[in-house]
Amino acid sequence: MSMLSFERKYRVRGGTLIGGDLFDFWVGQFYVGFFGVTTIFFALLGTLLILYGAAIGPTWNLWQINIAPPDLKYGLGLAPLKEGGLWQIITICAIGAFVSWALRQVEISRKLGMGLHIPFAFSFAILAYVTLVVVRPLLLGAWGHGFPYGIISHLDWVSNVGYQYLHFHYNPAHMLAVTFFFTTTLALSMHGSLILSVTNPGKGKVMKEAEHENTFFRDDIGYSIGALGIHRLGLFLALSAGFWSAVCIVISGPFWTRGWPEWWNWWLQLPIWS
Amino acid sequence: MSMNEREGRALLTVIVLLAVLAAGCEHPPVETVQRGYRGVGMEGVFNPRRLEDMVAANMPPAASPPAPAAGPKASEIYQNVHILGDLSVAEFTRLMAAITAWVSPEQGCTYCHDAANFADDSLYTKKVARIMLAMTQRTNEDWQAHVGKTGVTCYTCHRGQPVPAEVWATDPGPRHAKGIAPAQQNIASPTVASASLPYDPLTPFLEQDYDIRVISESALPQGSRKSIKQTEWTYGLMMHFSDSLGVNCTHCHNSRSFFAWDQSPPERTKAWHAIRQVREMNNVFINSTSDILPDTRKGPLGDPLKVSCKTCHQGAYKPLYGAQMLRDYPSLAKLSGAAKQAKTPASN
Repeated sequence: MSMLSFERKYRVRGGTLIGGDLFDFWVGQFYVGFFGVTTIFFALLGTLLILYGAAIGPTWNLWQINIAPPDLKYGLGLAPLKEGGLWQIITICAIGAFVSWALRQVEISRKLGMGLHIPFAFSFAILAYVTLVVVRPLLLGAWGHGFPYGIISHLDWVSNVGYQYLHFHYNPAHMLAVTFFFTTTLALSMHGSLILSVTNPGKGKVMKEAEHENTFFRDDIGYSIGALGIHRLGLFLALSAGFWSAVCIVISGPFWTRGWPEWWNWWLQLPIWS
Repeated sequence: MSMNEREGRALLTVIVLLAVLAAGCEHPPVETVQRGYRGVGMEGVFNPRRLEDMVAANMPPAASPPAPAAGPKASEIYQNVHILGDLSVAEFTRLMAAITAWVSPEQGCTYCHDAANFADDSLYTKKVARIMLAMTQRTNEDWQAHVGKTGVTCYTCHRGQPVPAEVWATDPGPRHAKGIAPAQQNIASPTVASASLPYDPLTPFLEQDYDIRVISESALPQGSRKSIKQTEWTYGLMMHFSDSLGVNCTHCHNSRSFFAWDQSPPERTKAWHAIRQVREMNNVFINSTSDILPDTRKGPLGDPLKVSCKTCHQGAYKPLYGAQMLRDYPSLAKLSGAAKQAKTPASN
């Protein structure tokens, strides 16, 4: 297994969050660590339970396999295994695996002496997931409000939950989330195309660097955020997209029960013009 | 500005912003009703505080004690009784008193009747009342696919007012510059639950019978001539349904397939019949009052004030939350007298 020249220097024990030097070693190029083990445990158990759920379900069609949450009547209690209990255990496994993975990222960052940007960013994805399957169901009073695990079934859930509020595009946080998602892709496409252009100047020509990058965008749109800045902006846009997605679903139901278009009546009723 | 001052201001700004956001919202706990297989997301979502107010505002009035059916008939004692002549005088008087309480409690009998001669037909309201009686009886006898045995009474719509609160007429829309075609949308109309959708979907769908279904019948929309614009009109109507019944789209539809009856809750069948029934109400009954009504009882374009879902439902999934008013007034449950002529074949 090849190793970068500086890598050996950082492959040192220590810097773990818990467990001392338990599992504090590498297998090939992969760091194991305590949280690597818990990740594998939860991921494996969860996946096997999904397979079991598929096995006792009506279909092996990959699109239609569905692990559904319990009926609302079970509230915040445990449901029988075949009536949503499986979904509950798989949810615990998923959260266990995701959080373990984030903590493993923390440990690796500590060993490398890096900032915690990567686990910080990944935790926004976890936040969005936990909001969907834990926070919102808690606020609404039943685990059955979580989304089902299945390719088609979770799309049906998304569609119907949107239509529970008549017209989801009027959800202000959804507007922000969608805008951030689009802006993320815009920024990435602008940045990616720029990097591809400077690194592929044509046969026999010298690769261009930051001065060319900055000059292109100053000429094109009057401003260049810079080589470091674009990555900060990208991180901000991407995390904002995830954050506002979580907000837009957690307010739908717990903090607003009617059609989202109607929410905007506060604007129509501002004393300035009403 | 010192650091503390700046922090203080920032904190204040955040608090004010949060307060503004919270003021526009509701809060848990909320009430949810599962309406499909678990995890499909077909749920009713209700604010229980708001529901309490709604229930209080939709209580039926107490029924008057039943009158004896014995004794002479109304047609034998009174003159010019077209519809309710078969009732006993006691029943007839009881019903008239009830209608007065339901429709014109402040104006009293003379809202429809000439005080000097109750048999006289000179007031337009009396002639309209007769048509409304026929409409009520027709609804209760022939549209049970929609109204069930619960049926309707005058009170279902009128709620103590001569003109029901939730009636509509064709909407000419806001003023717009000459030479510019009106968009017929984008005004956050309450008719379409404050969406930007076309603000008068009632005229084409609840008076006229334009096709509501816009979804294509194949997976890919080959050959479908339905447009986005048409779809917006349909969605406008659907917003009106939701708003009128205080329910969301999943009350009648599984949104994975809006058109498929085998995936829709049974309530959709009721709505299908309701659309046909309301069209009949508006065309056969309401519009026939057009020549009798004064202009004050008509819309800006001169058409009579008509019935929509909201006229009866008024925000409740069942009008008056299913109160069994009709049971106490059986004479409204069946076509009688001249109203029998009002029986027309159910239109599609």
